[in-house]
Amino acid sequence: MPQAIAAVNDFVVKFANVNGSGSASANELFARSILRMGVPVSPRNIFPSNIQGLPTWYEVRVTEKGYLGRRGGVDMMVAMNPQTWAEDVKEITPGGYLFYDSTKPMPSSMFREDINVIGVPLTAITNATYTDARQRQLFKNIIYVGALSVLLDIDEKQIQRLFSEQFKGKEKLIDSNVKAMNLGRDWVKQHVDPDLVKLKVQHADNVGDRIFVEGNSAAALGAVYGGATVCAWYPITPSSSLAEAFQSHCKKFRHDKETGKAKYAIVQAEDELASIGMVIGAAWNGARSFTATSGPGISLMTEFIGLAYFAEVPAVLVNVQRGGPSTGMPTRTQQSDLLGCAYASNGDTKHVLLFPEDPRECFEFTADALDLADRLQTPVFVMTDLDIGMNHRLCKPFAWDENRVLDRGKVMTAADLDAGKTFGRYLDVDGDGIPFRTYPGTHPTKGSYFTRGTTKDEFARYSEEGPVYVRNMERLQKKWETAKKIAPQPLRYSSPKPTRFGVIYFGSTSPAMDEALDHLEAEGHHVNALRVRSFPFAQSVEDFIHEHDRVFVVEQNRDAQLRTMLLSEHTLDARKIVPVLHYDGTPITARFIATDIATKLGQFKVVSFDKAAS
Amino acid sequence: MTYIAKPRLHHPSLVKNKAGFTRRDYEGAVSTLCAGCGHDSISAAIIQACYELDILPHQVAKLSGIGCSSKAPTYFVGASHGFNTVHGRMPSVMTGANLANRDLIYMGVSGDGDSASIGLGQFAHVMRRGVNMTYIVMNNGVYGLTKGQFSATADKGSISKKGVSNPDSSIDMVSLAILMGATFVGRSFSGDKHQLVPLIKAAMAHKGAAFLDVISPCVAFNNHSGSTKSYDYVREHNEALNRIDFIETREEITTSYDPGTTKTVQQHDGSILRLRKLGEDYDPSDKVAAVKRVQEGLHAGEVVTGLLYVDPTPSDLHANLNTVDVPLNTLNAPELCPGTSALDKINASLR
Repeated sequence: MPQAIAAVNDFVVKFANVNGSGSASANELFARSILRMGVPVSPRNIFPSNIQGLPTWYEVRVTEKGYLGRRGGVDMMVAMNPQTWAEDVKEITPGGYLFYDSTKPMPSSMFREDINVIGVPLTAITNATYTDARQRQLFKNIIYVGALSVLLDIDEKQIQRLFSEQFKGKEKLIDSNVKAMNLGRDWVKQHVDPDLVKLKVQHADNVGDRIFVEGNSAAALGAVYGGATVCAWYPITPSSSLAEAFQSHCKKFRHDKETGKAKYAIVQAEDELASIGMVIGAAWNGARSFTATSGPGISLMTEFIGLAYFAEVPAVLVNVQRGGPSTGMPTRTQQSDLLGCAYASNGDTKHVLLFPEDPRECFEFTADALDLADRLQTPVFVMTDLDIGMNHRLCKPFAWDENRVLDRGKVMTAADLDAGKTFGRYLDVDGDGIPFRTYPGTHPTKGSYFTRGTTKDEFARYSEEGPVYVRNMERLQKKWETAKKIAPQPLRYSSPKPTRFGVIYFGSTSPAMDEALDHLEAEGHHVNALRVRSFPFAQSVEDFIHEHDRVFVVEQNRDAQLRTMLLSEHTLDARKIVPVLHYDGTPITARFIATDIATKLGQFKVVSFDKAAS
Repeated sequence: MTYIAKPRLHHPSLVKNKAGFTRRDYEGAVSTLCAGCGHDSISAAIIQACYELDILPHQVAKLSGIGCSSKAPTYFVGASHGFNTVHGRMPSVMTGANLANRDLIYMGVSGDGDSASIGLGQFAHVMRRGVNMTYIVMNNGVYGLTKGQFSATADKGSISKKGVSNPDSSIDMVSLAILMGATFVGRSFSGDKHQLVPLIKAAMAHKGAAFLDVISPCVAFNNHSGSTKSYDYVREHNEALNRIDFIETREEITTSYDPGTTKTVQQHDGSILRLRKLGEDYDPSDKVAAVKRVQEGLHAGEVVTGLLYVDPTPSDLHANLNTVDVPLNTLNAPELCPGTSALDKINASLR
């Protein structure tokens, strides 16, 4: 008998499926049923850029401690795809478990000696019960969920309750799903030793009031709450579901009760150039607008981003990052568009970036971005990624201040103009670098101006005079300083013991980092941490770096892009900023971060400062 | 450039329109285009049209791309907001602007370089979406600012100022606009104010995507023999199918014509277009016939002008999206934000 991994509420199950086979909802059911037992889970879709027929995986981390990052390693593989059988079997940790469809006999060479195998004749059970081809396909998935529920001690009542909620009002569907689940449960009860699988789920109370939601849906809801009325977009993985979620939220919340008319406009543009053009046109005309895209879309939008920066037109861009460069890895995750967004477009340009860590912050920051874009009159990027955007993530519930108003920034009204206020479209009246603007159509004789991408003076008159140009560029720089103060501030987590080491991280690295800090602490490595939540960096970021001898910067890209930005925005000793980089397209893990930092800390202890950094 | 302000002294005899403005109130900055440029005549026609339509100047939003033509919005209706966007992308900016505030009058000004080359894609899509706008292409068949290269509307075989023959087929913006779904399409000539001004007025009254291709000779680079966009060529080959009288509903119809010589089209806003036939029997409400006639003209080397196609009851982007009647940019948190109790329900549904 091989060794058997034993764990309660702390293991990883990976499902290997065929794209388009209906497995996604069954796998989600599996994850949700564990969640309903009060045990946090963190599921991840690993899928190809394809519609039907290619391999797809769903990895569920069961984690009583609430570590929501990807753990790495697979304790149980549910191998439902013959095409990827060999690599799936190979991936199982020794002592782990292989769950497979045993309808057709397989030669022993297809298995491993050091793992535990559970064969359930899923196809045979399915074919004996169902005749319709589609039913066979869908219910086979439910049958394996039922089988797993017995093996792992998942509460069947929770699964039944989920069916009832999902198919509310369609009693027939509830019954047929329960029946399919029980087919799997009964077979396992009759044929499998209950002690074979030593991975178990036990009721706990660690979920609390947290919600389970995808970042894209959360960001779209943030756009609704933040008052966006115009959304222009072009389909691109992994951002498409964001615009589609905005559509469905708006259908629910944004139709006039009496007339049924829409208090929003969504245009699926012909390309990303047009979508950002529409966003800028709408914002110029006083509507809150946004687009959702990914890296290749940002590349296309770059010219317009420069226009919005220089003409000072608000725009919100949600960039659900994927693996680059070029078409890159459309269905994999990375944080590799930082430089491309921060400095997008020709000439001296800099843009505000926000880095949400989870769906809750996707909601919050998208709403905030709409305020910030109006207040700063400039493009604001919400830098999420596929890992947050397209996976269900457990997070704090959404919160909203009932008294919150839409902060439209400095807008001069007809009354202001009539009162004799001086209007200079690019005139800094109070030292924050932000001028007043008027919306088109404000006043019959006052307040009109020409918006252009060429240089102009304080009163929007075309000018190529050197001093006029420099004055304008310096005012934009002043506005940048203002942005540092009003964008989301960094959050600091201090080690219980004083330390010379610090770590900076951001965005979707967050859950893995939280876990890695616990690992490091347990091993006696004390590290202070700072989660950066926006660019430009607040003063506290520079202060944090100065406080420590070494600062690790953890990122999911090859070129240490955040580190580059830290070095370009501050005067720092580059040698003390140490990159920790993961960029293979999978979400970063705590194991990787902790190991890499521990190794580097080890090196620093034996090697002199200069040698270590050279 | 465009920073020279015109003196604002108004002659007391200048007649005010029904909105209380004189013709001068619809002017903009002094043009910096070449003396004799067709574009200035088009700007003058826009000024005349806005004055005659009694439009409140600030209710116009002017948008353009990049090029000589795209500078023109500074030369008319100075009291309105203007946006000189990026090359070829004005249509998307105008689409967004229109979505934000459906109440303004949108005037898009572009050129053949801006709309037929880099901006061809956006040109097509703004027409098919039915954005309520007047889109004017000041078409001179040449790149002026960069000194005389052929544009995509230059006819095959036409000769450049440097003596080169154009080897490429030309793009006919009129045919394209009709095919893409524009609901008001006309062509005119910058040198024919009597035809052009009523066309602009009718286009502005049209509640949908209106497109005007206005041949506008470039005196600096495309006004020589061998050019098919010169003043002489266009005058000789202008095949006007009709002239229109634009009549607002509240106006009394005073002029009368012999029966059988006019055709009347009433637009959705109530305005009446009376088409005076010039020779052949032409029905601009027949889309297929319009494309056929325009293409026949091209083949024969004619510049077919007039109101070429109109759908008097068009649908526009706002109608298609079923947006509220008030401008979206006037909605505020109470209308837009679902509030905390809705959020509590959302949170509950995600557990």
